This record gives sequence, structure tokens and C-alpha cells, in this order.
Amino acid sequence: MSDIGKPRAAVVAARGGGASLPAAAGVGLKPEHFLEVLETKPALGFFEIHAENYMVPGGPFHHYLGRIRADHALSIHGVGLSIGGEAPLDEAHLDRLAALLDRYQPESFSEHLAWSSHGGNHYNDLLPVAFNSVTLQRVCEHIDRVQHRLGRRMLLENPSTYVEFAASDRDEAAFIGEVVARTGCGLLLDLSNAYVSCTNHGRDLQAYLRALPLAAVGEIHLAGFARDVDSLGAPLLIDSHAAPVAEAVWALYDEALRFTGAVATLLERDNDLPPFPVLLAEALQAGRRLDALRAPAAMRVVAA
Amino acid sequence: MSRFGGDAAFAAALLDPAQPAPPGLVSWNGSDPAQRFGVHRNNVIVSLIDALADSFPVVQQLVGEAFFRAMAHEFARRSPPRSPVLAWYGDGFADFVAAFPPAAGVPYLADMARLEYARLLAFHAADAAPLPVAAVAACLADPAMLPRLRLQLHSSLLLVGSPFAIASLWGAHQGIGDLAAVDPLQPECALVLRQGLSVAVIAVSPATARFIAALQRGAALGDAVQEASTKEAPFDPAPALGLLIGNDLLLGIGQAPREQGEQP
Repeated sequence: MSDIGKPRAAVVAARGGGASLPAAAGVGLKPEHFLEVLETKPALGFFEIHAENYMVPGGPFHHYLGRIRADHALSIHGVGLSIGGEAPLDEAHLDRLAALLDRYQPESFSEHLAWSSHGGNHYNDLLPVAFNSVTLQRVCEHIDRVQHRLGRRMLLENPSTYVEFAASDRDEAAFIGEVVARTGCGLLLDLSNAYVSCTNHGRDLQAYLRALPLAAVGEIHLAGFARDVDSLGAPLLIDSHAAPVAEAVWALYDEALRFTGAVATLLERDNDLPPFPVLLAEALQAGRRLDALRAPAAMRVVAA
Repeated sequence: MSRFGGDAAFAAALLDPAQPAPPGLVSWNGSDPAQRFGVHRNNVIVSLIDALADSFPVVQQLVGEAFFRAMAHEFARRSPPRSPVLAWYGDGFADFVAAFPPAAGVPYLADMARLEYARLLAFHAADAAPLPVAAVAACLADPAMLPRLRLQLHSSLLLVGSPFAIASLWGAHQGIGDLAAVDPLQPECALVLRQGLSVAVIAVSPATARFIAALQRGAALGDAVQEASTKEAPFDPAPALGLLIGNDLLLGIGQAPREQGEQP
């Protein structure tokens, strides 16, 4: 059972040596910003799209994405594969994904450690997974299948969660480490999710970060959250993607970069969308940190 | 592990607020897991209602945001999406609206939902190159051949017929024409088509609608003209063909076999 993912992991890792996202800042591409992006060709490292939004035959979405992709690196980020679900992977959905990846040849493909479909219904939310040997086996089998079908290494995103399961017998970071080791997938390190989950579950954020397989990080996500409280008045943060990145998450980003080095970093904003220049300015805050990391040591001092 | 209800129990409780939270949930500080589970309940229902609001803006304008969201909530609870591709989630919404008693006061609401869903289909329809003008001209040059021609039309072309003035009502909500001047009880056929990167809605005569519907079924041009004609009014296909060609919706022209009496 423990070696089930190993042979495939080696194959996938070998394939992963192709194109990758530049170690620069990117933003999520929204239809509201298509024209402005085309006209201004912003100095961003990449754009990211949600795969499911482009699983339509033709029309303006493909028209604009094709043109924007010609100018920029692209990350395709799935939100509907339900990798953490009990149900078998939806092969028709995998086919759609393969077709999309074939069409746009993105530098990166990523998905979530979560589930969203069951019994043929799709719930359009990233639902939590218990962490134990049964779910580990299932998640690894699903990721093996995804990587085999798509012929590429994928990145798996750490989740933002609000509840935990009595059925869990290990912690989230250890679970993710085992998945990465067994499948050869990379880690999409969502620092907002890390902050949200550690706050929501009283976890030690520093210990969580250090326990993750940080050598496997292929991309970082930064986003905003909303604040609520649980029934005892303790903070309950909601991963809303509807606000600027919090100061605490920027601090966590600085710390994470010390371990990961410069790595592609996405500013995620899906709701309460501001004008594009506002998003761009926020993304460039990440860009400046990445530039400072890449600069020679002497210049780094000056930049600081 | 038997306390853990798995994905099935979790999923069942998501859309039914009358159900207790699924078993097997815990929290680090002993706070109520059911309240925390409520975050997912809210995420699911709000995201589905928002998806419907994006797809049916004029339906929402016709009944107001509060009514629309209550109606969409009911639809989402009864009919969660069957696919992660949410673009098609509105399929079935018009039928639901038609059978939703509180919406009966706006009798054209369901047909407006049909029209807006047709616009969505047209918006995302497959791209296809039109037949070059020279090829069109060559095919149409011989009047004797015309009745047997079969036209292949763009998949963004859709017809929505209604006993109500849905095309004019839709237009009035885009600032085209005066809403007060629209008689909702006037039957209309709406032709939905992609014009470049946007989707147009054009009111066409019942005869033109019959003509285009026949062509879409694969009828030969002569048969389509017959279907569109009445004893009193023979149908002139020239304006409709001009509309199709002018909007790059004619993709190909073939010939029907010579045999008589065949059905498409």
C-alpha cells in the first residue's frame, strides 16, 4: 500500500522538467479585465484561469484567452475535479481538462485537496477531507490518475477549512507531505489558506509551514479572507477571495520565501473585483519581494 | 469510524438546512461544529444563487433581487448542478420558473429565462468559419438549383418563440426601446445569434422563425420556404438569407438528393 504511487511518481517527476511558471507575480484572469489586459500587456509573470470557466465550446472566452495566452505564461487551476472525494474521478471531466490543457499548453496545472462532487451532484465549494490512511490512499490514487491522464505533474493546493473530522488520525501538513512523496505531485502553497486553517483550528502556523514539503512548492497563492467567529467567540476566518491580502499573510509570505526561494506567486481575487490596476498594484507587491530575492546579495542590501 | 457519515452525509446536509450537521465533525476548542459547518452551507447556496443571477440578469430585473434570490435558492436546493461546468447550470431553470407558483404573476418570466439561457448557449457556442462570400454567390447563382440547397447554419443560432413579447421586453431591459411602450401580450419569436463577440436578440416574424427552424432541421431551401409560406402569404426567403449571411452564420451549402418526398 505504501509503495503504490512510487513508480508513477518517478515517471511524473521526470516529465515535470518542461516549461514552468516564471518565478514572478501573476493575477487571476477575469472576463471583466480581458480588454484591459490585452491593451496594456501588464508586466506580470503569468495569468491563472479556473479551468471549468473555459470548458465551453467557443465564443469570447476562448477568443480572449487565446490572445492573452500568446503574450503571457498561463496557469490552469481546476476547481471541480473533486480529488478528495469518495467517488471515482469523473472521467468525462478529466477528458474536458485534457482537451483544455492540450489547447492552451499551460505552464502549470493545479487542483485542490478537497472534494466538491458526490452522487452525481456538484456542490461548487471546496469541501474538507479527513486525514487518515484510507483518505490518503484514495487521494494518491486520484492524483496518480490525474497525472497519468494529463501526462504531466500537477500541483496540489493546501485547503482552507472550517471543521475537522474525528476520523482524522494525522495532521494536515503530514498528510500533504505523504501525498507529495507518494505521487510526485508538487505543492501549490496557498498562504491565505494556511493562515485561515491554522487560525480556525488553533494550529501553530510556524510549525504547520515548516512541516509542509516546501521543496515541492511550484506556486504560491495569496488572497484575502473575511472574519467571523465560532460559537465560542474564537476567530473563524472565511476564505472569501473578496478582499486585499492581509498584513499577516504578507508577513507569512516573506517567511515562506526564505524556504522556497523565488517562486511564481498568484494574487487571487474572485469576488468584489476591483479595477484591474488595483489588482496589478497588489500583485506587484509580491513581485517586488521576488525581485529582491533574485537580486545579487549586495543589491539586496540596497533594496532593503 | 462508523460515526463518520462520509461524503454522502456531508453532502445531504449541505443543501437541507432542516438536517442536522453531518456526524463526525469536531473543533479544536469545543465550539459547535454545526455552526462551522454552516460556512459550507452558505458557500454552496450563495455560489449557486450567484451563478444563476449571472446567467439570468433580466429575469432578476423583472422580479427584483430579493424575489429572484429566493426563487433561485429553491431551485438550487431541489436541483443542484450535475456538472462542475457551471455555465450550463441554468438548463432547467426556465421549466422550474414556469412551475413556480409565486412567479405566476409574471407570466412571461419562464420564457424570459428560456431566452436568457439561449443567449448563454449562443455566447459559448463553437466557433466556425463562415462560407466565403464568393462561394455563397456561386451556390446561389443558379435559380433552378436553389430549392434543393441545404444550408449549414452556425450553432449559435437559436430560436425562442413565446406568446409574449420577450424580444422587445429583453431589449427594453438593455436600454433598447421604451419598456412602457412594449405590449407584453404580443406574441414574439426571438432569434438569438452571435454577432462577432456579442450576442444579439432579434424579433422575427413567425414565418421567418418557421423558415429558420426548418433549415436547422436540415430541410432543403424549397421545403423550408414552403413551411414558412401560407396560402395568403408566400414567404420571400431573401431577407432572412441576407440576415444569416450578413451575420456570418452560413457555414456551408450542400445539395439535397433528387428523390421526391423525402423527410429530413
